[in-house]
Amino acid sequence: MADTDTLLDEALAAIQASSDESSLDALRVQYLGKKGSFTALLKTLGQLAPEDRPAAGEKINAAKKELQEAIDSRKQALVSAGLDAKLRDEKIDVTLPGRRQSAGGLHPVSMTLERITDIFRSAGYEVAEGPEIEDEYHNFEALNIPEHHPARAMHDTFYVSPGTVLRTHTSPVQVRVMESEKPPIRIICPGRVYRCDSDLTHTPMFHQVEGLVIDENVNFADLKGTVESFLRAYFEADQPVRFRPSYFPFTEPSAEIDMGCVKCGGEGCRICGHSGWLEVGGCGMVHPRVLEMSGVDPEKYSGFAFGMGVDRLAMLRYEVSDLRTYFENDIRFLQQFS
Amino acid sequence: MIFSKNWLKEWVDSEMETPELIAALTMAGLEVDGQEQVARDFTGIVVGEVLSVEQHPDADKLSLCQVSDGAATHQVVCGAPNVRAGLKVPFATLGAEIITSPDEKPFKIKAAKLRGVESHGMLCSAEELGLEESSEGLLELAADAPVGQDIRDFLALDDVSIEVDLTPNRGDCLGLRGIAREVGVLARKDVTEPQIKPVPPTIDEEFPVNITADEACPRYLGRVIRNINPAAETPFWMQEKLRRCGLRSIDPVVDITNFVLIELGQPMHAFDYSKLAGRIVVRMAKAKEKLTLLDGKDVELSDDVLVIADDEKAVAMAGIMGGLQTSVTEETRDVFLECAFFSPLAIAGKARAFGMHTDASHRYERGVDFELQQTAMERATELLLSVVGGEPGPITEAIGKLPEKPRVTLRYAAVERLLGISLSPDEIKDILQRLGLIIEEENDAQLVVAVPSFRFDISIEADLIEELARIYGYNNIPSNVGLGASPLRSQPEARLPLQRLKQALVTMGYQEIVTYSFIEPKLATLVCGAEQGMVRLQNPISEDMSVMRTSILPGLLSTAVYNRNRQQERLRLFEAGMVFIPGEAKTTQEVTVAGLISGERLPANWSNNKELYDFFDAKGDVEQLLSLGGKSGQFTFAAADRLPFHPGRCAEILDSSGQSIGFVGALHPQIQRELGLPGNVYLFELRLQALEKAILPSAKGLSQYPSVSRDLAIVVDESVPAGEILSVMRAQAGENLTNLRLFDVYQGDAVAKNKKSLALGLTWQHPSRTLSDQEVNAIISSCVNALHEQFNANLRD
Repeated sequence: MADTDTLLDEALAAIQASSDESSLDALRVQYLGKKGSFTALLKTLGQLAPEDRPAAGEKINAAKKELQEAIDSRKQALVSAGLDAKLRDEKIDVTLPGRRQSAGGLHPVSMTLERITDIFRSAGYEVAEGPEIEDEYHNFEALNIPEHHPARAMHDTFYVSPGTVLRTHTSPVQVRVMESEKPPIRIICPGRVYRCDSDLTHTPMFHQVEGLVIDENVNFADLKGTVESFLRAYFEADQPVRFRPSYFPFTEPSAEIDMGCVKCGGEGCRICGHSGWLEVGGCGMVHPRVLEMSGVDPEKYSGFAFGMGVDRLAMLRYEVSDLRTYFENDIRFLQQFS
Repeated sequence: MIFSKNWLKEWVDSEMETPELIAALTMAGLEVDGQEQVARDFTGIVVGEVLSVEQHPDADKLSLCQVSDGAATHQVVCGAPNVRAGLKVPFATLGAEIITSPDEKPFKIKAAKLRGVESHGMLCSAEELGLEESSEGLLELAADAPVGQDIRDFLALDDVSIEVDLTPNRGDCLGLRGIAREVGVLARKDVTEPQIKPVPPTIDEEFPVNITADEACPRYLGRVIRNINPAAETPFWMQEKLRRCGLRSIDPVVDITNFVLIELGQPMHAFDYSKLAGRIVVRMAKAKEKLTLLDGKDVELSDDVLVIADDEKAVAMAGIMGGLQTSVTEETRDVFLECAFFSPLAIAGKARAFGMHTDASHRYERGVDFELQQTAMERATELLLSVVGGEPGPITEAIGKLPEKPRVTLRYAAVERLLGISLSPDEIKDILQRLGLIIEEENDAQLVVAVPSFRFDISIEADLIEELARIYGYNNIPSNVGLGASPLRSQPEARLPLQRLKQALVTMGYQEIVTYSFIEPKLATLVCGAEQGMVRLQNPISEDMSVMRTSILPGLLSTAVYNRNRQQERLRLFEAGMVFIPGEAKTTQEVTVAGLISGERLPANWSNNKELYDFFDAKGDVEQLLSLGGKSGQFTFAAADRLPFHPGRCAEILDSSGQSIGFVGALHPQIQRELGLPGNVYLFELRLQALEKAILPSAKGLSQYPSVSRDLAIVVDESVPAGEILSVMRAQAGENLTNLRLFDVYQGDAVAKNKKSLALGLTWQHPSRTLSDQEVNAIISSCVNALHEQFNANLRD
């Protein structure tokens, strides 16, 4: 049966030479299909002597099997070569930069406000807000700052009309909350405030956050603990905090809050004016007259309040050297915070 | 208030070193703002006596002096014009070192030849010792100065000027007397007041004083002193004391009133007696009454200003500044001294109203001891007589309505309630008494104190508790961290916090900015128009910060200009803040959120095709914000024409009730030109109250049945807004519509001129069965009919 061998050799050579799946498939049809060469060869078996038929049939079938295996393995080789080529083709430079929208960011003062409110919220404080154009009663009188009080000179107030001002602090929000809510009160009041003052270290608009706690038996030790733990939480550092007697018409006793310089650790540097201390805010026990004016009984309740400059806290935290850059809004400056 | 540490020591010896004293004052609420050595650091300078002076052989302006240092005589070449035999001067001997500034090497005195003549030392001026900024000639020492004594000891130069920044409640510390009292309490040392004895009058002359404003002027003392010596000079010791307290020597009479001001805290004024007519009247000014003040300024007074007048005219703004015409001059021979107590309320704010601030007004506003005037008058008289001589008359005193000394009750229990510490009654009484409070009554539970005449800041219990805390030491009070637990608070879920909206914008690539709430009126008018008006500040910092913004857009635009000028072409900015819209009754203050985009859609990149932002980028961002909190589809966009937008590229955003909640659009080209902001600029501004609404999710079961989708192309006039077609479709498409999308808009050859083709995709799904073709076909026909009726729309062929 030289024919079988010849045909097998010819077919194997063709399979080996085939370069893609479709020509391979055509070869399969050509040799193994219903009308293929080996099928035809099987049909010739009948012409052989009966005794020769089994051996010849076996040989043809073996050849068919070999052929099928050759096709399968060639196919696998072609698929894998094709995949390799495709993968080679599709290779890209993954070090090229990605395609995306630019990164946005919050303003550093906003970031600071959020950080502060988050810290206080976690301790059960609620955020209270109020108008920025405020009446003199809420900005001054209700806070025990009568007209012509020397403390008014410290405020450099912007006037909108007689009796109406841009709030000089967020304290009027505290008054409004005391007027409308019953103790216990535990709030913080963040927001913009305005003073008619503009130089290297003052901008006519800045941000404050003030806190107010009113309940039975709230005392100065609670105030100290609250302010100290806030500053430690905010700066993530265990710097010393000291309370220095001061004067605010709406608190009695009143204190300035000094914190060990975060830059030099109290050694003295440019940031802290070589004192080792940074003034970060004011605080005190709410003046009984302020409580009374807002309808809170000072014999039953006591409370404390504190206030801090947000822009200044942000300066200390993020090493911003010039207050004025906050409101110039140069995006190259702002993007450092995103 | 600046004071000399040595002078303080005359009153009370705290036995504290300077840093210790400064810390003690600061921690007691008298914040020390600064300290300064009263002289340069130097060694080897002694009191020298000039024995003889000869002309230098080779230099006209130099003298050859023989100077004694007490032990030996030295030849010194000196160039000062006032050098003369017999003069006692500071003498820097060989080897002396002067430190002119901390950064430089000390200046060392060595033997030298000056124009060929040996000089062994240097005679010094006040400037060289660091007593004055600049001085001419040698510092002349008293004739009895002990030759050879170290000049530091002789002039007591190892002294510090300490500046305390006092809070407005502590007017009592605006004099050494008050500082000494405080230090005495802090150091627990006794205070020695200077002996001030009454000066017996040598003449009978009195000048009558009449108070008509008796509330404003509770006490007025006057005294005539005749025949003072106009040639007298202020003694060096007094000049030095004044200098170390921050005051320059002017003339003996002024120096003495200033001395009393610093020493006792009592402002005084001296009039030229010859210029006063009739008597002193303390009264309110007449409206428009005129007065020329000491500093030459003319003021027109109003009837709420207290004045000192004589029979003819106002001669001083009481407690603020004297008049020029009646002031003491070189010709003055007779003076009339004034020493008064004006009530703080009468003076407060008045100086400021005239743009003034004086040492006197500063003290009277805060409160001067109303029992001090007699003492201060005697002190000033005594000093005057010793310096300028003269014959004093008796003191004339007029009394108005003197203040009552408040009596305040302190309950021991209240101390613990407010401070969280318990102090023993003995400790409490000790502190209060040292502060000068007088205990009038006491029992086991409380005490009653009388407040001394020098304290204007104590009227209620809390004031006394503050005094206790201050002296006990704020930092000795413990800190209590665990302020009682508070109940868990619920945050309303149907309200989006501003924080979340800002975070969304940041995620979308927006940079937050913070601009001033007050802006330039010109810019405000250009951007927002003049119609709705603006809130104007009465006292703006400057014209460009003089009106309150009615919109955030001007701030965004000026920030865009600022950054474009700094080569930042691609911008994506937002701000959230309050705007102020004037109304008839009151100004509306509400928070808006506004954004600006400009430049290319994506940052420059190797693969980007440099597409520019257009209207739909801005609108898409707005839609994104509006969809937060489950509000998609609740808002509609309607074409609008409004500043500062392009009239054909602006949409007003309406909520489901038809209320306007904001705008989005392209910047008007005319405004672009005026701002110098070319290119594509898109803006939006939304009211927070609309954004912060949210819908609490309410989940529905998912349908198990297949959905059906159909596409549909219609042709309409190009002027028909797509939004209206979509809303008609939505209304007609039945309750099972789950999605409606506009996936193509076409204008061109395939449709008629002035027409456009819109391709719409619709998807329906029924919750409990499969929708039939007939049902869907019926819906499609009703949609097509409705579109045809309302917009003359036809299906595209």
